Amino acid sequence: MARPRYLVSSWPWRAVGYLVSGVLAGALVLVGIVVLVAAGGVLAVVLVGVPLLGLTVLVGVPVASMERRRLGLIDRDPVAGAHDVPTGPGPWVWYTTRLREQLTWRELGYAVLFAGLLWPVEALVATVALLFPGSMVAAPLLMATVGDGQEVKVLKQWTVTTWPGAFGVAVLGVVLLTAGAYVLGVAAGARTGLTRLLIAPRDVDLGAKVVELTRSRVRLVDAFEAERRRIERDLHDGAQQRLVALTMTLGLARLDAPPGPLADQLARAHAEAGNALAELRELVHGIHPKVLADFGLEAAVGDAADRSPVPVDVDLDLGLSGRLPRAVETAAYFVVCEALANVARHSGASRAEVSGRHEDGRLHLRVSDDGCGGASADGGSGLTGLADRVSVLDGRLSLSSPPGGPTLLSVEIPCRTADRFA
Amino acid sequence: MLAEDSVLLRDGLTGLLTRFGHEVVAAVGDAEALLAAVAEHEPDIVVADVRMPPGFQDEGLRAAVRLRTPAEEGRPALPVLVLSQYVQREYAAELLDSGDGSGVGYLLKDRVGQVEEFVDALCEVASGGTVVDPEVVRQLLRRRRDPLSRLTPREREVLALVAQGRSNGAIARELVVTEAAVGKHIGSILAKLDLPPADDTHRRVLAVLAFLRA
Repeated sequence: MARPRYLVSSWPWRAVGYLVSGVLAGALVLVGIVVLVAAGGVLAVVLVGVPLLGLTVLVGVPVASMERRRLGLIDRDPVAGAHDVPTGPGPWVWYTTRLREQLTWRELGYAVLFAGLLWPVEALVATVALLFPGSMVAAPLLMATVGDGQEVKVLKQWTVTTWPGAFGVAVLGVVLLTAGAYVLGVAAGARTGLTRLLIAPRDVDLGAKVVELTRSRVRLVDAFEAERRRIERDLHDGAQQRLVALTMTLGLARLDAPPGPLADQLARAHAEAGNALAELRELVHGIHPKVLADFGLEAAVGDAADRSPVPVDVDLDLGLSGRLPRAVETAAYFVVCEALANVARHSGASRAEVSGRHEDGRLHLRVSDDGCGGASADGGSGLTGLADRVSVLDGRLSLSSPPGGPTLLSVEIPCRTADRFA
Repeated sequence: MLAEDSVLLRDGLTGLLTRFGHEVVAAVGDAEALLAAVAEHEPDIVVADVRMPPGFQDEGLRAAVRLRTPAEEGRPALPVLVLSQYVQREYAAELLDSGDGSGVGYLLKDRVGQVEEFVDALCEVASGGTVVDPEVVRQLLRRRRDPLSRLTPREREVLALVAQGRSNGAIARELVVTEAAVGKHIGSILAKLDLPPADDTHRRVLAVLAFLRA
C-alpha cells in the first residue's frame, strides 16, 4: 500500500470487493443466525428445536470456511482450516469431534462478531470512504440532470448552485476518493488481520498436530518392526519347516532309489531343495536376525562383522547389565549392517572398524574404513532410510567421507527415548 | 525322544529314525512336555528344536541346557542334539558349556536332509561325542581373532573337523594324512590354546569351545 502504484493496482478494488462482499455475507449470516435461533427456540417446545439449537453452535464452521475463502481476495497467503478428521464415520462422531475442538468455538465467536458488529462497521467504512466521495464526484452530473442546471445537494446537506462550485465539489470528491482508497485498504487489512487471528489455525492446533505426527511416525516404525518379526516367524514356522521336511523326504527317497537316472534326478532335486533352504535361511536372517533378538546388540554386531567379506575389527563394549531398548538395538544393528555392506560394495577398503560405547544415556556407534571415501548419504545408498530411522528415535547419523577417504559414519541415539512415547 | 513343534517334521523325523532302527519313545511339541516326557521315559538321547511354543524364542535350547545339568548326583548328563534354523555360534557355545560338554550336538535343520550323515551325528552324540554343524564351523573359520590366530591354517582345518565330531581316523582320511599326523596337530592345537592336561575327550571339547567363543 505504501507503493506509489497502489492506486492504479488492483488492490483498492480488491479491498472494495472484500469489504462489500463482507457486508453482504455478514448480513446473510445475521439473518441465518437469527432464523436458526428463533426457529430452534420456538420449536424447542416440541423438542424438534433442540437438535436445531445444537447445530446452531456449529454455525461458525461454514461461516469460517467461507471467510477463509474470502480472505483469498486480498491475502496471497492462503489459510487452511485445521479441523481434525473425525475418528469414525457418521454425523454424531463428526459433531462430537467438532465440539471438542477449540477452533470450533473460536469460529462461533467469529460468526457472532461478524453478524453483530463487523459487517455494520464495514458498511459504514465503505459508505464513508466510497459512496460519499463518489457522490461528490458526481455533483456536476447531478446538477446537469436532476438539478436542471440550477442546483445540487451535496451529501444531502449543502446546496451548491453554481457550476464552478459543482466542479469544485467534484475535485474535492476525487481527492477524498483517493484518500478513501487508502482508508479502504487499511480497513480491509485490519479486517483480514482480525479474521486470521480468530479463525486461522494457531500454534496450539499446529503443536498438537506436530505431536500427533511424531507419535504416528514412531508408531509406523514400530509397526514396521513388528511386521518384520511376523514375516520372520511365518517364514521360520512355515516355508522353512516344509523345505526341511521336503529335503528329508528326498533324502529318504534317495536311499530307496535304485542307481540310475531316477537316482540322479533325485540327487539333483535334493541338492536344489538344500540350496533353497540355505538361501531362505540367509533371507530370514536379513529380515530379522535371531542373534539380535536373543543375545543383544554386541553379539549381533559381532555376527555382522563375521559375515562381512572385508575384515572388521569390533570394539563394542556397552558396559550395560541389561539390554538396550529394542527399537534402539534394531536401528543401531541395521545401521552397522548397512554401513558394512557399503564398505564391502563401494569403498575398496581393506579393513573396517566398528566401535561403540554407551555414555550418559546415549549410544554412540562409529563405523570407519580405510577405503577410497566419496560416499554420500543420498543417492540410494540405503543410509537415508537409516537416518530417518535413527531420527525417529531422536538420534543423529552423520557421515564424513572426503574423496580419497577415510570414511567415518557415526550414530548417536539417546537410549531413554524408547519408552518416552509408550 | 523328539521335541519339535512342527507336526510335519515331527512325523518325518519319527519315520526316519524308525527306519534306521532307532526307537522314538516319545515325540512332543513343546519344552514343558519335553521335560515331563524325559522324566517318564528316560531316553538315550533327546533331539530338540531350538524354537518351540509357547514363546517361540529359545525354549528348546533352555530345556536342553536343563537336561544337560542333571538334578541328581551320579546321573550322567543326557545327550542332546539340538536342531536349529540359525547359523548361530552363541547357541552352540551355550549348549557345549552345559554339563561337561560331551554328548551334545548343534545341527542346522538342513542336515536332516542328509539322512545318513544326520543319523551318524545322532549316534555320535548318543555315544558321548560333540557335533557342531559344518555351517556354524564355516562361520567361525571366517573369523580372524585371537586365540585362533595362533593356529596354522592346517591346525584350524583339523580343529574345524574336530568340532564337527570327527574321530582322528576320519580326519586323517578327509585331509589325506596319517592318523599320527592328525594326533600331532591336535596336540599342538591343545598346547596353543593353553588347555590344561586332562583326559583326551574332554580336552577336545574344550578346544571346540575355545573355537566357538573366539
